[in-house]
Amino acid sequence: MAKRNPSYDFTWCPGCGDFGVKRAIERALTARASEKQEPIENSVIVAGIGCSGNLVHLQEGPQPFGIHGIHGRTLPIAYGTKSANPDLNVLVVSGDGDFLSIGGEHIAPQARRNLDITVVVMDNGIYGLTKGQASPTTDLQEITPTTKYGKLDDRMNPLMVYLGGGARFIVSELSTRIRPLQQAIEDAMDYPGFSIVHVQSPCTTYNDTYAALKGDEANGIKALAQPIADSHDPGDYFQALALAAQPGVPVGVLYKADDTVPAHDRLTQAKQEAGIASTDIEKLFDDMVI
Amino acid sequence: MLVCQNEYAYDANLPELSDEGIIVYNSQEFQIEHPRALALPTDDMAREAGNVRAGTIVMIGAVARAVGFSLEALETFITARWDRGRPGDATIIEGNIKALHLGATAADESGFEIAQVDPPIEESNARERILIRGYEAACLGAMAAGLDVFIGYPISPATTMLTYMETNLNGDDKFVGQASSEIESIAALIGAGFAGKKTMTSTAGPGLSLMGEGLGLAWMSEIPLVVADVQRGGPATGLPTKTEQSDFIMAMNPGHGDMSLPVIAPGNVEEAFWATAKAVNWSERYQGPVILLTEMSVAERAQDIERPDTSLISQESRAISDGSVENRRYEGKGVSPFPVPGGPGAYVANGSEHDEQGDTTHLADVHIQMTERRFAKLKTLNDGTFEAENSSASIAIMPWGGSKGSGRGAWQELTSEGIDIGWYYTMYLNPLPEELLSELRTKDKVLVPELNYMGQFAGHLRQLGVSAETINQYTGLPWRISDLKDAIKGHLG
Repeated sequence: MAKRNPSYDFTWCPGCGDFGVKRAIERALTARASEKQEPIENSVIVAGIGCSGNLVHLQEGPQPFGIHGIHGRTLPIAYGTKSANPDLNVLVVSGDGDFLSIGGEHIAPQARRNLDITVVVMDNGIYGLTKGQASPTTDLQEITPTTKYGKLDDRMNPLMVYLGGGARFIVSELSTRIRPLQQAIEDAMDYPGFSIVHVQSPCTTYNDTYAALKGDEANGIKALAQPIADSHDPGDYFQALALAAQPGVPVGVLYKADDTVPAHDRLTQAKQEAGIASTDIEKLFDDMVI
Repeated sequence: MLVCQNEYAYDANLPELSDEGIIVYNSQEFQIEHPRALALPTDDMAREAGNVRAGTIVMIGAVARAVGFSLEALETFITARWDRGRPGDATIIEGNIKALHLGATAADESGFEIAQVDPPIEESNARERILIRGYEAACLGAMAAGLDVFIGYPISPATTMLTYMETNLNGDDKFVGQASSEIESIAALIGAGFAGKKTMTSTAGPGLSLMGEGLGLAWMSEIPLVVADVQRGGPATGLPTKTEQSDFIMAMNPGHGDMSLPVIAPGNVEEAFWATAKAVNWSERYQGPVILLTEMSVAERAQDIERPDTSLISQESRAISDGSVENRRYEGKGVSPFPVPGGPGAYVANGSEHDEQGDTTHLADVHIQMTERRFAKLKTLNDGTFEAENSSASIAIMPWGGSKGSGRGAWQELTSEGIDIGWYYTMYLNPLPEELLSELRTKDKVLVPELNYMGQFAGHLRQLGVSAETINQYTGLPWRISDLKDAIKGHLG
């Protein structure tokens, strides 16, 4: 990975929310390596295409493995990596375009498997790398180069999509809250199942939502981002649904299912119960002898 | 022998019946005047047997007796097939067996002189023989080469490979999974290959189309994997249950940009075993995707073959990086040691153009260097073998894939008629064995029988400087030797 690699010719715009997410991930990975006494090479970052995906090349400090694939396919790549070696810590980094638009079809299948991975979605509500086209989370009526009459498609509610798809651990966070974000990512990596940390990560060039998220209480402008109340029970699926359906951006742990058996344990248990023996090629041939 | 339940089947297939052939038909469906036709009132006979739905069994009984097939074996089959633990099983089995014998008796009484099935070839000192289907042979070849992970998505006619692996690829470090699409299959293989595993999937044309971008990623990021394409008729949904050889161009160039994927195409069931083992080995050796290009008529065919000697397969595995500075992932002009997650040598496996350690760059020098590196790795795949006979002839035929058998039959018949024509064949379509290519370039004409409209492989050979002419058929069916022989004669001029 890039260690201040001079030939690497990409960076984010000043003020991009992704800087905060990068910092939180670096800290979370380093903390995990030291707490669990495992080499950082045991972690793999699977990156999507878009501004967010370039995070994999910008990691500073101890370097995990990375795979920077093709647009929209972070989850299936992670499915292969985690299934091939369940001992690896697999972290997906993606954006609202990569994850929710072109890659949207992959969310429910991996959630239903309860693939034991952590997804960090950097949601800036726009296609930044291709210069500002509408994404699923762009607001209704927003004017962009591809929505010249204002966006006609309703805004997607990603938290509802995750809940509906079967994700078991869902956190909604802000790129400006680096420490809580770091903690959320660490918790998600520890959680034995499919976890998503959905981060509002504003784009200062095409969709600057910093002010809207923060609000201006003195002048009567309510912040879009509201902390999830202590009374919310993240273990209650229906509470999570009700909260996700509210307008605005909840901040904190939306949902955390108590019952979770990750994909690889489901398989191991099923194989043990069925008493399946290892492949013996010669025996398979024996059964075919005429 | 022509067995027909209705007049449509009779009209459509009568031209294929030889003079010695006989017809067995359902005389309650239609009537014909033919000197060698056995009329079976199958509805009445089934009713007499006690199972009104056993009309087809009546016909099977007649056919079995006609060719000398054991009625006992069929009785065993019927008993096993309908013994399902349901109340009426015994009555159905009894009715079916009676129907079988009514058909057999009718064949006995017909008085036709009927050819018998050839007795099995007795070979001394040969290894024992097995009855195996093409897809099973392919799966076992991959297993013999050390396959770890198989992830696929159901699609005709490639589903049987997925289900065979689900049942039979087992072990602590093995993984078989059903993806939610071919896009997911190929991406998952890349993820698993990146994690150090030997991986494979099976698909057919529509699935291979969806895998195009992923295969580009595997080529670009240098991840070993094998895709078995069981060809059916195309394009789009095309002919899902018929056979064709129309994916050659796509197999070699499935995605955008400069890439040329290795393609191995087995010609029969036996070759499917060795070809797939080689595909796994090639993918590990050059660290990239390999296409096993087969077709429905090979994959679904059951054939008795000599039991493969698995000790002849030497498993190849990629060299693993020790993480030293010298072992940068994409260093040099050839294959480099492979860092495996969990071990040393962290890097980014990158689908964007990248420098030696995997970081994105769009510099011209690096793109030139890396493009040449990716093509140079193909030079490690120089161990393809080929068949050559009567190589002094200036005209040769060179079928590929499942057209091998009928091509061979046509070549033998032409040769026995005194026609001077050479025979060439290889499973290794890309890269072609260099020696073979040199020989083909010396020919006045190389005739390529293949099952597609465009003459895809012949076109590729012409691009390589071979005077190739296609002999093609696009019926969704394999070649008949007689048709192929006539077609070849038409090209001898």
